[in-house]
Amino acid sequence: MKYVQLVLANLGRHKLRSILTIASVALALFLFASLRSVTTTMAAAAQFGGARRLVTLNATGLVFPLPLAYGNRIKAMPGVTGLSWANWFGGRYGDGKNFFANFAVDAESYLALYPEIVMPADQKQAFLQDRTGAIIGDRLISQFGWKLGQNVTLQGTIFQGDWTFKIDGVYHPTDPAIGDNVLIFHHDYFDERIGRAGIAGWYIVEIDDPAHAPQIAKAIDDLFRNSSSPTKTGTEREFQATFATMWGNVSFLMSTIGLAVVFAILLVTANAMMMSARERTGEIAVLKTVGFSDRLLFTLVMVEAGALALTGAAIGLGGATLLYPAIKFNGAGFLPGFKVATSTLIIGALVALGLMLASGLVPALRAARLPIVQALRKVE
Amino acid sequence: MALVEIRDVDKSFQRDTQRIDVFTGLTLDIDAGSFTALMGPSGSGKSTLLNLIAGLDKPTRGTVRVGGAEVSAMSPGQLAAWRSSNIGFVFQSFNLLPVLTAYQNVELPLLLTRLSGRERNERVKIALDVVGLADRADHYPRQLSGGQEQRTAIARAIVADPTVMLLDEPTGQLDAKSSQEVLTLLQRLNNEFNKTIIIVTHDAHAAERAKTILHLEKGDLIEKPRVAAAAR
Amino acid sequence: MIPIAYNVRSVVQRPVSTALTALGVGLVVAVFIGMLALANGFSAALAKTGSSRNVLVLRKGADSELSSGLGRDVSSIVAADPHVATGADGRPLVSPEVYVLIPLAKSFDTTQIANVVARGISDQAWQVRNNVTVTAGQKPTSGRPEVCVGSRLTKRFPHTGIGQTLHFAGRDWSVTCHFTAAGSAFESEIWGENEQFMPVFRGEVFQSITFRLKDPGSFAEAQRALQADKRMTVDAHRESEFYAQQSQLLGRILSFLAVMITGIMAVGAVFGAINTMYAAIASRAPEIGVLLTLGFRPWTVLVSFLAESAFIAAIGGLLGCLFSLPLNGIVTSTTNWSSFSEIAFSFRVTPALLLVGLVFAVVMGIVGGFFPALRAARLQVVQALR
Repeated sequence: MKYVQLVLANLGRHKLRSILTIASVALALFLFASLRSVTTTMAAAAQFGGARRLVTLNATGLVFPLPLAYGNRIKAMPGVTGLSWANWFGGRYGDGKNFFANFAVDAESYLALYPEIVMPADQKQAFLQDRTGAIIGDRLISQFGWKLGQNVTLQGTIFQGDWTFKIDGVYHPTDPAIGDNVLIFHHDYFDERIGRAGIAGWYIVEIDDPAHAPQIAKAIDDLFRNSSSPTKTGTEREFQATFATMWGNVSFLMSTIGLAVVFAILLVTANAMMMSARERTGEIAVLKTVGFSDRLLFTLVMVEAGALALTGAAIGLGGATLLYPAIKFNGAGFLPGFKVATSTLIIGALVALGLMLASGLVPALRAARLPIVQALRKVE
Repeated sequence: MALVEIRDVDKSFQRDTQRIDVFTGLTLDIDAGSFTALMGPSGSGKSTLLNLIAGLDKPTRGTVRVGGAEVSAMSPGQLAAWRSSNIGFVFQSFNLLPVLTAYQNVELPLLLTRLSGRERNERVKIALDVVGLADRADHYPRQLSGGQEQRTAIARAIVADPTVMLLDEPTGQLDAKSSQEVLTLLQRLNNEFNKTIIIVTHDAHAAERAKTILHLEKGDLIEKPRVAAAAR
Repeated sequence: MIPIAYNVRSVVQRPVSTALTALGVGLVVAVFIGMLALANGFSAALAKTGSSRNVLVLRKGADSELSSGLGRDVSSIVAADPHVATGADGRPLVSPEVYVLIPLAKSFDTTQIANVVARGISDQAWQVRNNVTVTAGQKPTSGRPEVCVGSRLTKRFPHTGIGQTLHFAGRDWSVTCHFTAAGSAFESEIWGENEQFMPVFRGEVFQSITFRLKDPGSFAEAQRALQADKRMTVDAHRESEFYAQQSQLLGRILSFLAVMITGIMAVGAVFGAINTMYAAIASRAPEIGVLLTLGFRPWTVLVSFLAESAFIAAIGGLLGCLFSLPLNGIVTSTTNWSSFSEIAFSFRVTPALLLVGLVFAVVMGIVGGFFPALRAARLQVVQALR
């Protein structure tokens, strides 16, 4: 501990340089953490969703509805303990610049299947009793400045006309997959306004045991195989995962860029650190004359490099970890539950250690191996 | 028995393709408690001799012993430990660490000991007191005059209570007045604290203060016994 | 002025340090160019999709073909419109189209599903969209379950070779041809006959009607006429503008990412460059002292060091351009969230982009070198020589 002063004094030698070095390491790791979090958040999204929930879609494609009549037939199947359905609405609010998801659901069964949608009991009650009411995720409150009880009008893009809903409740999702920027309203009202078309965009099927998921999914699909609308059933996780894969190789691009970023900044930083270390050849020779051993000098130079790298890493990684939840970042709705994963922090810390080695090893070895007489001759 | 025993030492450097022999068969004794000045023209090997004694450099052949320990046979690790407790080295250009205060500079050699913080504090204070810089403890080197810097360096050299003090042109960068101060200080250390001092200089006035003057010329030693009176 | 040779020699004298700094700058520039090339390629793919001579008719309020729906009656009304050009055979150049997304498994990983556009077209479509060329095989025959596959799909999806059979919408479709469309989004689509697609998808309804204008300058007039027609409720878009609009969301995300990522990177790299130059100048203080003693003006010292920093950065910029060149033409794909369909597009590294990258590097060098150079210029001779 008695050497702390010496290390601190050396770091304070060129305060600006030390600060810039720490700042550039911090920036590199902040960026690294951010970019990697895009990848991990996408991957994590595939892990969201209840294991006991299946999703049944039209096999022809996402945009094709299923007959509402399928509901009772699915419900009657063995292993099915609950059922709800929903329909994508795709309404536009205002000029449409701020997109958010909105869909019609069979409210009572839907809220029963999704305990992750948390809201005060009285609001829930009000919604269930208000046929033209809606509930919204809490992000929409801050995004549009809406208030509980006010009316909101959406313009239908798929289903024409102006649709006005009264906000009966504000929910907070406990699972990021649910989305905190969604408007949910009654399927019955929706069905009525589109002329009782009797369609459901997708069914949510609750099953008794996650282990039965494959059999039940297959049974549902078999049931409708030869009907006008064949189905495709999978677990909610698989459903989420398809959204992640829709990004294509964006996540690969992100990790590549992240690596390039880290490498680029670390190169420059390591170089700067090595150059400053070189200026001190003379002083290291003096310390050796005083009796500092090679090993001690090696350690001191390493500790110095480590202090810069690790401080920078702590700021960068810590900053990213704290910043994103604080500003409720969700990538414009594309990256719900965006956060810096523990694995990212660990890799970031390893990167910092790598930087410490890369920038400290050469000067530290040089310090340790420095032939005193030659170095002193340069000084004298 | 002499404190410093140099026996039949050869030292040569390789410069490009040329071999330069600095010493051949040099033998020299320096007694404990002595104050020796090494003089000679540039390239005569004064500094090399000092470096050999301090264990900063190794002889090509022969042995160097200081206080009975064979310096020339030690490993770099042993040398570092040995140097920290046996050698006090002072440079022509002071070589204080610019980022440390006078106090911290003086404390450096003590960091290598097992002394507690309080003990270190006591000894640094004494050392600064001896060189007359107690009131400059918190100054950084750039805030000190050349003479003060060199006295700080001397305090650093004596703080670990070394067996021998080696000074390489300690007055080379100082004005006349500061030089006198430093030399007087060295004499005091020699007389009052019985420190063994070896000083390399080509300033005849500085050499006058020593008890013994050794002349090196092309690696050969010409001893000139000093008149004792000048030591006062 | 201080001869430039002085700086060049100084740079060459510390090859490792110069190389590391240049490499760092080079990577920053490469990422910068790469990101912009991606955004560029994406916009280019969609911008080229639409023609300014074509009009796309959707149901009123629909913001994509997916959410639109138009009956046969609308198709007849549009076909009869006087603004519609006529083909060599005297028939109007109109293509009422079925537009659906079908889930297809990818070649390299069949668990990865992409939503691919299946477009049911009329025979006129090949003339209305005059950037579309059949590269191999024969166009689908009317009345048969045959499809033509866009060139971007053939490598990424199985069963897309000519003579092979694709299975979707509960039926088998034989692939009879491949087509290109000048790198546009059409190349990521599967085309079949509208009358074949209608019954298996959404029934008697088209999603969009595209026609060619007789007079390219008459768009506003045609738009007014169609939208005012009481018999139908439609929006008419200039096709080129419609597809540009479709690219906006993702284009904006990509550009935002490009600017943000490279912005942060650039700051980090500039900090590194500042440090490197400070260190370089600190170790050369005596030389600078000599230069000043010789009578060189401080501002020439400033210019000299700025030039040196810019020079190292320019080397980095060149490296960055070299690194980014191989990206050109690489095909990548993602979902265009405006239309929910998967679209493939290539990185487009253009000479202009390379130049921007180089300028970016030099700017980084100058910004990074400025304060250190200023310090060099302000050095006191006495201090420097000590």
